[in-house]
Amino acid sequence: MVDLSFVRKDIVPQRAAPLSEAGIVGWFRKNMFSDIPNTILTIIVLYFIISVLSSILPWVFSPTWYSGSLTECRSILAELGRDGHGGGGACWGVIRERWLQLLFGFYPSELYWRPILAFFLLGLALAPVLFEGASRKLLYLTAVYPFLCFWLIWGGSIWFPITVFAGFIIAYVGFVYVNKIAGSLSGVIASIVLPLIWWLFIVSPLSTMLFSILPIGSEAIDSDRLGGFMLAVLIGVTGIALSLPIGILLALGRQSDLPILKGVCVCFIEFIRGVPLITLLFVASTLLNIFLPPGSNFDLILRVMIMVTLFASAYMAEVVRGGLAALPKGQYEAADSLGLDYWKAQRLIIMPQALKISIPGIVSTFIGLFKDTTLVSIIGLLDPLGLSTNIRADMAWNGILWELYGFVGFIFFIFCFSMSRYSMYLERRLATGH
Amino acid sequence: MKKSAFFGTIAAATFAAGFAAAGTLEDVQAAGELKCGVSTGLAGFALADANGVWDGFDVAVCRAVAAAVLGDGNAVKFVPTTGKTRFTALASGEVDVLARNTTWTFSRDVDLKFEFAGVNYYDGQGFMAPKALGVTSAKDLDGATVCIQTGTTTELNLADFFRSNNISYEPVPIETNAEAQAQYLAGACDVYTTDASGLASTRATFEAPDDHIVLPEIVSKEPLGPLVRHGDNNWGDIVRWTLNALITAEELGVTSANIAEHSANAGKNPEVNRLLGTEGDLGGMLGLDKAWASRAIAVNGNYGEIFEKNIGVNTPIGIARGLNASWTDGGLIYSAPFR
Repeated sequence: MVDLSFVRKDIVPQRAAPLSEAGIVGWFRKNMFSDIPNTILTIIVLYFIISVLSSILPWVFSPTWYSGSLTECRSILAELGRDGHGGGGACWGVIRERWLQLLFGFYPSELYWRPILAFFLLGLALAPVLFEGASRKLLYLTAVYPFLCFWLIWGGSIWFPITVFAGFIIAYVGFVYVNKIAGSLSGVIASIVLPLIWWLFIVSPLSTMLFSILPIGSEAIDSDRLGGFMLAVLIGVTGIALSLPIGILLALGRQSDLPILKGVCVCFIEFIRGVPLITLLFVASTLLNIFLPPGSNFDLILRVMIMVTLFASAYMAEVVRGGLAALPKGQYEAADSLGLDYWKAQRLIIMPQALKISIPGIVSTFIGLFKDTTLVSIIGLLDPLGLSTNIRADMAWNGILWELYGFVGFIFFIFCFSMSRYSMYLERRLATGH
Repeated sequence: MKKSAFFGTIAAATFAAGFAAAGTLEDVQAAGELKCGVSTGLAGFALADANGVWDGFDVAVCRAVAAAVLGDGNAVKFVPTTGKTRFTALASGEVDVLARNTTWTFSRDVDLKFEFAGVNYYDGQGFMAPKALGVTSAKDLDGATVCIQTGTTTELNLADFFRSNNISYEPVPIETNAEAQAQYLAGACDVYTTDASGLASTRATFEAPDDHIVLPEIVSKEPLGPLVRHGDNNWGDIVRWTLNALITAEELGVTSANIAEHSANAGKNPEVNRLLGTEGDLGGMLGLDKAWASRAIAVNGNYGEIFEKNIGVNTPIGIARGLNASWTDGGLIYSAPFR
């Protein structure tokens, strides 16, 4: 009898999972159609998605890009046998004709390179702050960027931003010297008082004088020519960039042991948080005018930027305070036991941890602030929403609603979504785990 | 931008304030531009084109004043104002003249301390309804839902009209004209009410304007005109008489086509001569030169030309002159004589 027992000598090669378990089909089986209730839900949801898309997509893909007016759009759509402008198709001609205006407002078109350059430099200036890999040398650009941006957008004499920038150098030099001679409190006071005197009384005549000696400058652009997304980004970036440091200081002030400092910070934060942004904007646009001496010309956009910054700072202070409160007391005590002074402890131990905890809150505040910039249309600034009203006043485009709002919403989405993705990247990068 | 610019501006503002002259005319001439408050966008009345150039019926008044005062119809800084910010903008001096289809009312004139320079458009609140609704008069609107912009005088006028006619209605409050158009077309309300000029421009944008009817009743008086601050009568006179010059030019047949010819030499008609400064010195009495009115008319033409170009029957808005015809044609547009 022959022994027919079978012993396999080699390992059976691994086979791919059956088609029903792997790939797209498997994924669908596992996640979408695993049992009867899930299958029913999937079908219902699919039905909704398809019905929504089938009504929106034909509207979005409408061949009206080159139309010159709403009437023309309608005739194009009618030729195609579509339903008409409401449901049959969008009228994208308005975006083709006005997209530059929606981006730049009334900025002179031959000077568009200036805001574009400013926007590009903004990316470079932000890189060392946002990404670890970027060259540290770019930090110099970051420091001068606000002044460069001001000069690029508004133009005019180059000496004004330079002399204003010199104020910061004066503040630093004043702090260092007075600190050596008369102690740190006097140093702090000197670093505040000296530049204030410089800015209030010296900058304006000095920059005029320097300009008369060396007239370097570019074509000045009035604030009323700014508009569209450029305005939203300007207000948003200013608010974002300034509200974080101011907010940190306010949060620290609120936790301070000095009663007056604490009182001032608490009052400021609670007052600003207790008032809607639109009220502050009305104050900026109307009340300040009445307080200021008649004939004074205090730029409306500047006033709005200040108000938006103050508003965001108060919220930022509370977000940062949340981060501070979340730190275990041991961290503060550890800093003290190392013999660090207050600022060193904050800089090296407290803030890095507190800010990391607050990243989601901080970025939410940024995103909220950026979207809130559309409120300026209520006080007559031509931000993207204000411009859409103006575009509709043109009889060629009167009656167009969704295309404009859709375009504006889409651009806002790009900005806000990138900010939110960046915050997630930052959280992953800073995750230290425990 | 940094806070520093803020301080710099405050400093600049403080210095500038020291030199500010008392009269608006001197301020405008020193600045070299007229700050004119206009609407942020209203079909036919104020709008900026794709290049950012402002145009419209109200804008034309600004340009005429700028031409009279500064000699250049483009020397205007247009300040877009909303219904909420317009009066403070004027009161605080942010604008020198407000031409933002503002209704001349007692309280605005007296209580808010403004001075209306005249009327450049006689408007009134009307109703628009779909023809399918089958109404021919606003009095048939018992129980109708009405789309109405909130916070305007139209809301009060509507309540008054329905109460005095003993009929009921249901208001649908709406914030902007664009929203109202969308709601009305979507059938959220039976009737849309706003100023008749607004109804005309709204109806003109519809896919099928003939399916909608503007009802014959006009339920309010809305005389719209440019206004200035109380207290500077000379400046008020300049704006008033610039508007009057446009109106008189139409009455006397002075147009943008023949103004050069009329201005060159004194003609037969003494009033034309006085208007255009070829005889007498009316401009000198205003603190301007002799040719002020001639320049104001040359920018956009006379009142009739401005009307036809921006909102007249040949434009998409298509408003007939009606009440806004010259008094010689049976309308209300009437200027005091130049003498």
